[in-house]
Amino acid sequence: MTGGGRAARLRHAEHVMGTVVSFDVPACAGDPAGEGTLGQAVRWLHWVDATFSPYRDDSDVSRYGAGSVSLAQCAPELAEVLEACAAVGALSKGYFTATPGGRFDPSGYVKGWAIERAAVLFTAAGSAEHSVNGGGDVQCVGDRGPGQLWRIGIADPLRPGTLALVVSGRDFAVATSGVAERGPHIINPHTGQAATDLASVTVIGPGLTLTDAYATAAFAMGSGARDWVESLDGYEAFAITSRGSDWQTSSFGAYLA
Amino acid sequence: MRRVILTIAGTVAGLVALLSFKSHGMSVSPASAATTGGTSAASSSGTSGTSSSSTTTVPGEFPMGSLAGKLTAGETVVTGHVGNTVYGPVQIQLIMRNSKIVKVAVLEQPMNTIHDIQIGAFAFPKLIGETLTTQTAKIDSVSGASYTSAGYIASLQSALDLRG
Repeated sequence: MTGGGRAARLRHAEHVMGTVVSFDVPACAGDPAGEGTLGQAVRWLHWVDATFSPYRDDSDVSRYGAGSVSLAQCAPELAEVLEACAAVGALSKGYFTATPGGRFDPSGYVKGWAIERAAVLFTAAGSAEHSVNGGGDVQCVGDRGPGQLWRIGIADPLRPGTLALVVSGRDFAVATSGVAERGPHIINPHTGQAATDLASVTVIGPGLTLTDAYATAAFAMGSGARDWVESLDGYEAFAITSRGSDWQTSSFGAYLA
Repeated sequence: MRRVILTIAGTVAGLVALLSFKSHGMSVSPASAATTGGTSAASSSGTSGTSSSSTTTVPGEFPMGSLAGKLTAGETVVTGHVGNTVYGPVQIQLIMRNSKIVKVAVLEQPMNTIHDIQIGAFAFPKLIGETLTTQTAKIDSVSGASYTSAGYIASLQSALDLRG
């Protein structure tokens, strides 16, 4: 480290889980193919993909969903994920489910969980300042650098390529749910139809696992999401509606950069 | 309302992906990103020179073609991967000074119809201008609805990753 500035950094983008996971970590984290922390994190994400992808016929999720194996025959993490999905489902009045559209697919929980656990690997290895962004859902650990907050741009879904606003903070997670480019729409489990109230909703919270799951639930919830997120201690939300207006929860302003 | 409209480097690629460009069928292999120091030329692209037709067919007050040979002291070049969008290949080059983007060049853009050229003339100058004027809004990462692995190349995050 020089002159109180930021320690040497390493940026790496890994194609995995159908998206790209971007790492901003200390340079000492090593090579993505090596034995260092970055290598461990990359291997973890590929293991998650192989185990939880609904697009791979041989994944535990696909085989369990098809009824060809029992939960006990799957990786123990699958039971952990199922239990967590049920808990988020209950907390969100059924707006979050591991079976969106009727098909078993816990991806709405798995991605944030995988990214947060990847970030934890760097913390365990001694890093106090790093961030991991999985396809637009970000876990920030510590400060960006001495006396600096992380600055996260929130993409504007109605003006692609531009940002709606910038939030800043430390030790926080930022997750945005919206209509992905050519991706699946988020289904409102109560109607079976695609949720259409919001163009996107961003949730900020301490850890990406729940923050991301809450963002998915909030998007499905639509206009009711504002009151729901207000009721969650430690979480704030900002949404852009399909009509182009926006709203934020009462303490979201504390994060505005 | 505190919405601030900001734009950064990835914008150029991002918008291209959204416009109704038609693929012009050019065969482009992915190039690796490269950052070069000082005034040396960008090195990564296996497709250098493919922008020559752009120079002559697209009007507008913006640089087309590589700027690698026109650097002044203190400037560095970041050449992006070729993004094979469904509308055709897109490749952006950034000229950096003190970690700020000072110029954006378009090495590749989809165009082989009148429609494409009209859109290109309209969109690129505006976007490049926005890119430069909003550069001061430094951000570390972007949160937005998930992009696919293929869509990443046209994302703001990919520009940030290239910037390092």
